[in-house]
Amino acid sequence: MTDILAVQNLTVRFDGLQAVSELEMQVEPQTIRGLIGPNGAGKTTVFNAISGFVEPSEGSIFFLGKEIANLEPYKITSLGITRTFQNIRLFKDLSVLENVMIGFHLSYTTLPSHSLLSLFGYRKREREVSERALGLLERTGLLKFADEKASALAYGLQRRLEIARALGARPKLLLLDEPAAGMNPSEKEDLMRFIKKLPDKLDLTILLIEHDMHVVMEICDRITVLDHGEKIAEGTPEEVRNNPLVIEAYLGDT
Amino acid sequence: MKRGNLVKTTATILSLLALLGFLKWADSSASPYFVQILNITGIYIILSTSYNLVNGVTGQFSLGPNAFMAIGAYTASLLTMAPAEKEITFIIEPIISPLDKIALPFLPSLLIAGVVSSLFAFLIAFPVFRVRGDYLAIVTLGFGEIVRVFATNVVSLTNGSLGLKGIKQFTDLWWSWGWAIFTVICLIGLAESSYGRAMKAIREDETAAQAMGINAFRYKMLAFVVSAFFQGIGGGLLAHLLTTIDPKLFTFFFTFNLLIIIVMGGLGSMTGSIIGSVIFAWGFELLRWFEEAHRISGISIPGIPGMRMVIFSLLLILIMIFFRRGVMGRNEFSWDWLFKKFRI
Repeated sequence: MTDILAVQNLTVRFDGLQAVSELEMQVEPQTIRGLIGPNGAGKTTVFNAISGFVEPSEGSIFFLGKEIANLEPYKITSLGITRTFQNIRLFKDLSVLENVMIGFHLSYTTLPSHSLLSLFGYRKREREVSERALGLLERTGLLKFADEKASALAYGLQRRLEIARALGARPKLLLLDEPAAGMNPSEKEDLMRFIKKLPDKLDLTILLIEHDMHVVMEICDRITVLDHGEKIAEGTPEEVRNNPLVIEAYLGDT
Repeated sequence: MKRGNLVKTTATILSLLALLGFLKWADSSASPYFVQILNITGIYIILSTSYNLVNGVTGQFSLGPNAFMAIGAYTASLLTMAPAEKEITFIIEPIISPLDKIALPFLPSLLIAGVVSSLFAFLIAFPVFRVRGDYLAIVTLGFGEIVRVFATNVVSLTNGSLGLKGIKQFTDLWWSWGWAIFTVICLIGLAESSYGRAMKAIREDETAAQAMGINAFRYKMLAFVVSAFFQGIGGGLLAHLLTTIDPKLFTFFFTFNLLIIIVMGGLGSMTGSIIGSVIFAWGFELLRWFEEAHRISGISIPGIPGMRMVIFSLLLILIMIFFRRGVMGRNEFSWDWLFKKFRI
């Protein structure tokens, strides 16, 4: 079973600050991998490198065997990787439905070469996308907000919308950046149950940054731990939970 | 209750017919003054809605529509002017060949003008959109100036600061409003399409749009080039209405007027730009009152030249403070909204 994602010797430097150092990581398909570590460990930088928003200083990133390290973000998305953002980047002024429909944007990829003819199929395709988007909204429990402005949603629902939007692109690899942040315990339970089902239902692999250890231990198959840009531990939740290096990193060295 | 598409389509067709009826009446019975303002309104609609596509829908701060208008105006005029007319006008240096021999009909000249404008837009889009945000404003502003200076100095092509005179007055209500209707249909169609969605996504959050697979450069370029096409056409129509053009007509001042229009109407709303154009074109004329001397109940009030722009600027400031979203905000007119309002 080949890895869906293989990060080799990844190093990211910002003007003298080494945010990520020589990271090695392999993720198996249809699993949920947690990426944890104290604040400033470099987790979001790793996400940014994988999704193309930051250029690696050294190293390679292979997705389904293909090198993606220096591609533009939109190109990486078209290969099958989407993400959410730590500070929620929704299209605020657009409706919930429109947000998700933009997630489906790649269904329209190629500029029609027979453009006049495809003008007639246009309405039909718009209706199809609209229906698929509504279906996705229903499965994520957001259907009744379809026509509301995205900015009008409650915080927890906005996070869910961002995930729904990312799913619209039918990714093979989904990067979730602190999806449970700011949620109350029952919202977190719902989210956990929702995320846990995704790999099987959608043939999806998930890479998850999260600070809530309960969430991480519950839903991740394996966990990679970073501290100061370096990998300090990797393994099953059991193994990581009891690793002294991990405990030290979170509690600080005394 | 949402009315079916048949009702809405019928309503749209009826409105268009009413508009055409109004134009027919104006064409035959209204005063030349009225017709002139009506023509200018139509042209402003073309210019402002296309400007809105870049600044409002895609959220890119361009300050360059005057450049594309100028390119369109000069291109169209140089193509339609009769060789004899060109010989009379170009007194400093003769016009370059083959322009001295050709004279094309209006429609092909307009279309070529639009294409030439969009070609320039395509070329400058590469350096411009490779960087983000405010650089676009500076570069487009600069481009506007370059075009103006070019027009002033390349005398054998543009007749320099003397400008072009004796342009045939082809533009009438049917040309200006025919193109205005066509432009609005195209632009609203584009804005409501998946391409328009991508442009709006870029406006809302370019980073997130990229993460959704949208090639931001491609869609910014699309908006810019389409916009330039219609601005070239608008410029061509304007030239054939005024019958004389010179480089001073297409300064940044014109861009500023368009900016007032799209902001007043609501940045991002095509309907807003249309409303803004009407208000601006007529307001500009009505405000002429302030620039003339009047006697009111025995008191003499002197006219102050330039007062119009002062009032417009004040209006813009008030709108920015109290109605920042403009008349329409980001919304478009829809029959559903109207039916709901009147409980039909």
